[in-house]
Amino acid sequence: MRLLEYQAKELFGEYGIRIPEGRTSADVAQARKDAQEMGYPFVIKAQVPVGGRGKAGGIQVCHNNGELETKYPQIMNMSIKSEKTRAVLLEKMADIKRELYLSLFLNRSKRCYTIIASSEGGVDIESQKDQIIIDAGTGNVDGEMAADVASRMGLEAGTADGLADMLKRLSRLAVEKEAELAEINPLAVLGDGSVMALDGKVITDDNSKFRHPELLKYQEVSELEETAEKSGFSLVELGGDIAVVGNGAGLVMSTLDMLHDGGGKPACFLDVGGGATTETVYRALTLISKMDGVKTILINLYGGIVKTTTVASAFIKAYDDRLLSVPAHARLMGAESETARAMLEGTQTSLHDTVEDAIDAAVRGTG
Amino acid sequence: MTRIFDLLRGRPGDADYGAKPVIVQGITGRFGSRHTQLMREYGTNIVAGVTPGKGGQTFEGIPIYDNARDAVEATGAQISAVFVPARLFLDAARDALNAGIKLLVAIPEHVPIRDSLEVLEMAKRHDAIVVGPNTPGVIIPEVIKIGIMPAGPFKAGDIAVISKSGTLLYEISHSLTQSGFGQMITLGVGGDPVNGTRLLDAFAMVRDMPDLRGVVIVGEIGGDAEELLAQEIIDTGFKKPVVAYIVGRAAPKEKRMGHAGAIVYGNYGSAESKVSMFGKAGVPVAKRPMEVPDLLAKRLESVD
Repeated sequence: MRLLEYQAKELFGEYGIRIPEGRTSADVAQARKDAQEMGYPFVIKAQVPVGGRGKAGGIQVCHNNGELETKYPQIMNMSIKSEKTRAVLLEKMADIKRELYLSLFLNRSKRCYTIIASSEGGVDIESQKDQIIIDAGTGNVDGEMAADVASRMGLEAGTADGLADMLKRLSRLAVEKEAELAEINPLAVLGDGSVMALDGKVITDDNSKFRHPELLKYQEVSELEETAEKSGFSLVELGGDIAVVGNGAGLVMSTLDMLHDGGGKPACFLDVGGGATTETVYRALTLISKMDGVKTILINLYGGIVKTTTVASAFIKAYDDRLLSVPAHARLMGAESETARAMLEGTQTSLHDTVEDAIDAAVRGTG
Repeated sequence: MTRIFDLLRGRPGDADYGAKPVIVQGITGRFGSRHTQLMREYGTNIVAGVTPGKGGQTFEGIPIYDNARDAVEATGAQISAVFVPARLFLDAARDALNAGIKLLVAIPEHVPIRDSLEVLEMAKRHDAIVVGPNTPGVIIPEVIKIGIMPAGPFKAGDIAVISKSGTLLYEISHSLTQSGFGQMITLGVGGDPVNGTRLLDAFAMVRDMPDLRGVVIVGEIGGDAEELLAQEIIDTGFKKPVVAYIVGRAAPKEKRMGHAGAIVYGNYGSAESKVSMFGKAGVPVAKRPMEVPDLLAKRLESVD
């Protein structure tokens, strides 16, 4: 789960990581009240789950009521990389002397946590050359390791202590909340030499959700995604007109790639899991029936143990129940596919021998 | 590191050559019991099951124990197939590794990363191999099948197939078989961000097998396992044919595509990055699953 900046900062606050004074709102009336309490000037920041806000104009300074009235609605109604602004964070401006970078992330290839620190913050870390990279096992950073990182940053004594303390707190947050990433960028050194987290990014492990009821309030899932999850499916909505369904994440991604190569626009990625029964396929079709803009359904199932006839009967039932009216193109690999083909003869579901044929038919159907 | 073959098949002269004993943790679960039957039908020598609280009972004649320690003590098995729910995986794995299991095949999906890291630490201390979590398993066709893969796609041969995806492992093995390429071993590393056996490790397990003719890698977006493997192929000057297939070219960034590990951040984990690294390593990358056997045949021709 990717937390929004203000949510990451709430966690920072809990762990004693210093953040600027701020208020979050989603309407200008609330923002006016917050502005009065905080006093001008302050920055207003779009809360979106993607990077690149600054460049897109999602961060602005407000010096007075007039600016708030024009800039707040602009940012609130903005989309950045097709992500709508969820809320706006009003934040007091800090007296920044210098900007640094600090993060702790799950290093997949090394299978441990890794600390990255840099004496230049505020920019994309991938473009940074002078990174300090230290592996930190399961993520626990002790005083010695934190002091080591801080000492390598070339900071004044007081600032180095502050940074080491902040790193230890960030480590506790990452370990306790089971974060794949806990990042402070930029990490500001203020005029008095103290340190403050100006921006925060936290991504937690979805698979540990059951151990973290306290994080559920941050979870943002659409109604459809929630229904999918309850069925053990995995759904990503993609906005096109061909619903893509299959069993197994790799197989569905593969189908999506081939559809893309064939010029089709996917409405969704729907993985119904390794096994597929009449019931799961029926549930998948129910889910698709609730999606907007779907003109065709493309199904790619590799049945190892599953009989294709059970899948065929799910389709027949879905159309009989008037769940669906759009055509479906399917490739069902598995036992008894001849019987399945006979069952589907004359229905709106066409069976194809290869996934390429099914894609071709689906694209022609919507084109 | 050809040890996985010693564990799975053994050496000629072993009393149990080709019939290595295997225990199943979670044998009485819906999933575990079904796949115990299927593994057995395939010829896998399932000698014991583990379900806490059901020790002393049997499942289709297979004795059940309360814990892996008892099961291993009674049978001498070094391999365990784990079918427990994700939240019980850490305890089951600890039990197995402490009992002396040397190959742990971890089927459950949705294991928290922290638990996987802990299990891998333990496995290192016990000098054990973990395959998974979130793996379809590992199969030496016509010898031993440990996992949930259907039997149909696989045939004995001399190609190694290593895959992040389950269904694509079946699909591509099937098309290889159809084209006359049997498999020496096929192994699913799993779709999680953290894998007990990474693509790199799986490659190390097969690369020095004398009869190996070629390797097929099925990768997907997320992480940099494919890039590291490509670099390894370059660094070690591996000469046998390697062919890859990478999925997720059309996936949007920062969206998890079904697998916990299938997510792109910036360029990290992108399909372009993987395809380009394989290009540098001289590994052709298929655009469709069905292209894999053709690419492999071409590479084999140019080597022979």
